[in-house]
Amino acid sequence: MRWRSTIAAATLLPLAIAAQTTASSATSGKPAMTYQVDIRQFHFRPAQLVVPVGAKVTWTNHDEEPHTVTSAGAQFKDSPALDTDDSYSAVFTKPGTYAYFCSVHPFMTATIVVH
Amino acid sequence: MNDDHDGMHPGRRRFLECMAWAGAGTLWLMRGGIAHAGMLAKGAAAPDATFSFVQISDSHIGFNKAPNPDPVASLRQSIALINAQPQRPDFVVHTGDLTHLSKPEQFDTVAELLKEAQAGHVFYIPGEHDVIGDDGKAFFARFGGGVDGNGWYSFDHHGVHCVALVNVRHLQGGGLGFLGDEQLAWLKQDLAGISASTPIVVIAHMPMWSLYPAWGWGTQDSAQALTLLQRFGSVTVLNGHIHQIQQKIEGNITFHTARSTAYPQPAPGAAAAPGPLQNLPAGKLHDYLGIRDLRHVRGSHTLALTERTLA
Repeated sequence: MRWRSTIAAATLLPLAIAAQTTASSATSGKPAMTYQVDIRQFHFRPAQLVVPVGAKVTWTNHDEEPHTVTSAGAQFKDSPALDTDDSYSAVFTKPGTYAYFCSVHPFMTATIVVH
Repeated sequence: MNDDHDGMHPGRRRFLECMAWAGAGTLWLMRGGIAHAGMLAKGAAAPDATFSFVQISDSHIGFNKAPNPDPVASLRQSIALINAQPQRPDFVVHTGDLTHLSKPEQFDTVAELLKEAQAGHVFYIPGEHDVIGDDGKAFFARFGGGVDGNGWYSFDHHGVHCVALVNVRHLQGGGLGFLGDEQLAWLKQDLAGISASTPIVVIAHMPMWSLYPAWGWGTQDSAQALTLLQRFGSVTVLNGHIHQIQQKIEGNITFHTARSTAYPQPAPGAAAAPGPLQNLPAGKLHDYLGIRDLRHVRGSHTLALTERTLA
């Protein structure tokens, strides 16, 4: 499974650095930059991730507690509940600053910056 | 041990708070918002109780990891504890987080299990785990949408006015629990015609005071609700969310968080993050789980609280 290998690679890197790999877009077939955000100990890591337009961001929950990826101001589609080891992805097609939080634990906040 | 002191020094209050944190079987007699504590033998009934009810909380059906891979079993045991009460409770309140992930089958399991509770009625309010992804629609469809489908409601029972608040919807990034202006306006209207001598019971999932904001343990606009409650002689606020007993007295308002029926969480700040307390001593899980029994005594405006563990 493709995402398993991506996640395994991400865990080998320092937490503050997003893993950066390439993956095929299911819709266009063009390669898209893929970035990883880890959810661990009630934090999104990294708390701010800077990506180019068209990047795909995948969040993976490593906690025992469920979390969500919920856009502040409905700027992108919210995730469902992510149980332990669940992942969720969103593609960012427009430049901007996308704040998000966990709707279950709203003190967990982070940002995706698309340029 | 008995404590018949009418006056209570701050040090005494701290002692009582510590005692409640430490164990079960403490009887809490609420007189005008001041707690009087004594030990209560398991199963003993408060004299002249006009009715009793039970609080359970944080059942997290769907959770399947350490320290409790089977929260269905521990909820069953909690219900058995309710059914073992010498006086049948008039009702049960579940103060939220019925489920772990807001899934339909998890709600169904809770509804089926609580049918076994020998009580007149079960009142529910949602926790944040019950409103994931649908703003509470699945919860409200099963357990009632309260006023205008928003989840909050009130009822009167033998002279006690009970208010059920929802502080887990429309949460904002970086914020705490949230009531919102619409609910606060409703609360003001709901309390308007009620005499100050009427005992008030408030149930809400997240703590209604700033217990530990770094972990989200509080409600950002609770002060506005408490202002509306200040004129009443006896207000008992029952919360869940933190899976442990914490108490606070503020004027005539007493706050009590409850144990979970599923798993404990660390004491405030005692771990890197909240979440299931996994490294429990072997065989000790049931020391951390339990229910709360409350009895109303006619005329004295008191509620007697008894904590019972599953151990």
